[in-house]
Amino acid sequence: MSGAVREVNEELAREFGLTSEEYNRVVSIMGRTPSFTELGVFSVMWSEHCSYKSSRKWLRTLPTTAPWVIHGPGENAGVVDIGQGLAAIFKMESHNHPSFIEPYQGAATGVGGILRDVFTMGARPVANLNALRFGDPATPRTREIVDGVVRGIGGYGNCVGVPTVGGEVNFHRAYDGNPLVNAMTVGVAHQDKIFLSAAAGVGNPVVYVGSKTGRDGIHGATMSSAEFDENALAKRPTVQVGDPFVEKLLIEACLELMATDAIVAIQDMGAAGLTSSSVEMAGKGGVGIDLDLDAVPQREPGMTAYEMMLSESQERMLMVLKPDRTDIARAIFEKWELDFAIIGTLTDTGHIVVRHKGQVEADIPLDPLAEQAPIYDRPRGELKAVEPLGPIHDPVGIEQALIRLIGCPDLASRAWIWNQYDSTVGGQTVRRPGGADAAIVKIEDTSIGLALTTDCTPRYCQATPRSGGAQAVAEAWRNITATGARPLAVTDNLNFGNPEKPEIMAQFVAAIEGMGEACRALDFPVVSGNVSLYNETRGPDGEAISILPTPAIGGLGVLEDVSRSVGLGMPEGGSLVLIGKTDGALGQSIWLREILGRETGDAPEVDLAAERRNGDFVREQILNGAIVACHDVSDGGILVAVSEMAMAGGTGCVLDVPDSGMRPEAFWFGEDQARYLAAVQGDGADLVAAAQGAGVPARVLGQIGGDSVTLPSGAAISIARLKVANAAFFPDLMDR
Amino acid sequence: MKAGIVVFPGTNRERDMAIALRSVTGTAPVMLWHGETSLPDLDLIVLPGGFSYGDYLRCGAMAAHSPIMREIRTFAARGGHILGVCNGFQILTETGLLPGALLRNAGLRFLSQDCWLRVEEAGTPFTRNWKKGDVFRTPLAHGDGNYVADVTTVDRLEGEGLIAFRYSDAKGVVDVADRLSNPNGSMNAIAGVLSENRRICGMMPHPEDLVDPLMGGVDGRPLFEGLVEALVQ
Repeated sequence: MSGAVREVNEELAREFGLTSEEYNRVVSIMGRTPSFTELGVFSVMWSEHCSYKSSRKWLRTLPTTAPWVIHGPGENAGVVDIGQGLAAIFKMESHNHPSFIEPYQGAATGVGGILRDVFTMGARPVANLNALRFGDPATPRTREIVDGVVRGIGGYGNCVGVPTVGGEVNFHRAYDGNPLVNAMTVGVAHQDKIFLSAAAGVGNPVVYVGSKTGRDGIHGATMSSAEFDENALAKRPTVQVGDPFVEKLLIEACLELMATDAIVAIQDMGAAGLTSSSVEMAGKGGVGIDLDLDAVPQREPGMTAYEMMLSESQERMLMVLKPDRTDIARAIFEKWELDFAIIGTLTDTGHIVVRHKGQVEADIPLDPLAEQAPIYDRPRGELKAVEPLGPIHDPVGIEQALIRLIGCPDLASRAWIWNQYDSTVGGQTVRRPGGADAAIVKIEDTSIGLALTTDCTPRYCQATPRSGGAQAVAEAWRNITATGARPLAVTDNLNFGNPEKPEIMAQFVAAIEGMGEACRALDFPVVSGNVSLYNETRGPDGEAISILPTPAIGGLGVLEDVSRSVGLGMPEGGSLVLIGKTDGALGQSIWLREILGRETGDAPEVDLAAERRNGDFVREQILNGAIVACHDVSDGGILVAVSEMAMAGGTGCVLDVPDSGMRPEAFWFGEDQARYLAAVQGDGADLVAAAQGAGVPARVLGQIGGDSVTLPSGAAISIARLKVANAAFFPDLMDR
Repeated sequence: MKAGIVVFPGTNRERDMAIALRSVTGTAPVMLWHGETSLPDLDLIVLPGGFSYGDYLRCGAMAAHSPIMREIRTFAARGGHILGVCNGFQILTETGLLPGALLRNAGLRFLSQDCWLRVEEAGTPFTRNWKKGDVFRTPLAHGDGNYVADVTTVDRLEGEGLIAFRYSDAKGVVDVADRLSNPNGSMNAIAGVLSENRRICGMMPHPEDLVDPLMGGVDGRPLFEGLVEALVQ
């Protein structure tokens, strides 16, 4: 999309992504035909990406409060109380569309953007996580995307010096033309030093800091609000380019300035750049804002007002400062060799007025820009009926199935990925990737630990979106619980297809309903998040293919005493106890897909009361020292979980289950929810008795020891063999 | 021990290093800004890890020309002790205070993992708490850690006992061609080298990230404890 000024009319508005009705509303607000720049401002502010016009109605149904929530949705990131006067500030955000077009920069700038959302609130970032979905691994383009995305995440996160401590990866052909890159940042601040974005103080200077503005990323927000077609790759110039070195300087400079009393309000320039930051800051503060674009640091000559207002150049922040503190601020940014420019002032006009080269390029009343933004209650259709589970037979046997499952793309070792992310920088990583169900990061100079995870099972969400949404929340809660931490809150990243299609809207609403139920049942409110719609690609035949519904959940929990956390590695001896009820749910299981080649049946039932009861019991038993290692039972079921514990700890287990009362494959590979494997010293009888007292199903599964996982049949599968099967997938795919 | 940590734009492991030094000395080291043109009285200068100047041009190349490096050269010439870790090692080679260079990892990917180091030269201020042949674990995290030098230089380093650490397996077996034990493909599996006077040490892995049992071990502590013993008169 060129920046050349063109005649403004309805046709141009449609090119900018506005509907005819939306354009008419713009004309009515303005009382005249908007200027080219004004139309640009409206189109990005009213894009799906910035306005949440299709999702807002439903997002409001999610629980967002709890006694420990300091700031819920509406700020740059969510803020929760983690004790000792400290707050965790965190959010997850998607960079899906850019990552398909230009995987390295798309993923890298995704990390950069979410970091800024967190440090703009005054937090030093302490951890990054991500949730990635890729297409069929057999497709060459998938390999390129995996390679670029992993390099991009590492390239940015490693350089800024924030450890990447966790994440999840799935492969499915539904993501062939539309991978998902969801990046999460967690930061820590003092509760009395949290910075917000609402501008205040008529006459106060508006200050631009960071990198210069270039022509990159113009209309990125609009691009993210439309489905792809076969020409998507031609949009490469709309992808922003990141510079993690500048981001690192920006973090340090902002934190240094935040230690003074100079800042009134601050916000990063993310999607829709200078437009969204200035409009949102002024709008939230109920003031007007005058911008002088001649003062904006520019990377190239001849940029128009439209280009500067819509540029998504990276590593930039907008601040409102106290007028007598600008010299202090300028000195700090000059020390860090970053641009610093006063580009405007706050006014009492209630308008955003943009001047450039002596001309008023835009003059828009802020209230109607925000309040009359479109909001849609899009029609919902019927959910697609689930294909029945069908007959079950076991063609390969338990041992062979295990080897195949732990080597399959969704369960194979992710070490190839983790090993490209610096997970230890900062010196506070207590549990690294693969060491526990959630990563554990200590807060420097305190005893506090944060437990962090990202979770979603898209195939469940596709089959039954409501229970799939609940399951994503429950699994995040369970992963935090399995370390001994108390789950506090979530950030969500709702990735769906085209909301204008009734069946997609139905998925979206059902998934949110399920999430809301789980968040309420588990006291696990949503404090921040992001919605990414239009994740569809139109093939050459004109048929648009949607991704699987993917409401990724980023969970955060806290340990008052981080030394009490447990990992998942099998200890040297003792017993393995299964907590939770096993019905042998094979619908939508990995076993069903990998062994019988089917994606059929209902997703496993999510019993939130049982989830809560079982999890609260497990956490208590970890904190009182009874459980010494713990792993939740999820994808692949019990036997995969046992094998993962054995591989992580280097110790095996002799499984002793006289009669499970069901088909062996259903018992060993079924994916019933609300279950944990707990390693205890001794014979496990005490834990089973305690569980019975708490109304929690529990049984001893076997004795820990040896260098194999030994099945009740007597078949012993060595840890070495498991590791070989588990390790092969990524290196074979990527380094061959 | 009075220690100073140099902070360049893009340095990112200065806090890790400060934690490690504080844990053995009980006092916080001073942070030295790259633009400084004089140094306080110090027993040890540490060049920590990170991406000084974004690794632009070449890792460590721009930092080597920053104002503080003039002072550090003088400090070295007077027999001062310097530890360079990761990017700090790269800066020391770019400055010429240590021989050789660090190239892109042999696998052309950033590596973040634990490795095993075998102590090759005991009795230096950096290695005095180990015996020759001891093996310890330490995290590494770099994209450019593949040590090279010309054959004459390597022969000299080997002959004069200036190899501090070599990558090995957990049992101390060194196999240069084995990418599991010598992950970045370094020449002779060299992980750390010493200056001729043995008062400057550069190494790629991060002993400072393994000084607390909570983080998975204390394998890195002997290095810092040894420095304190050696440098506190």
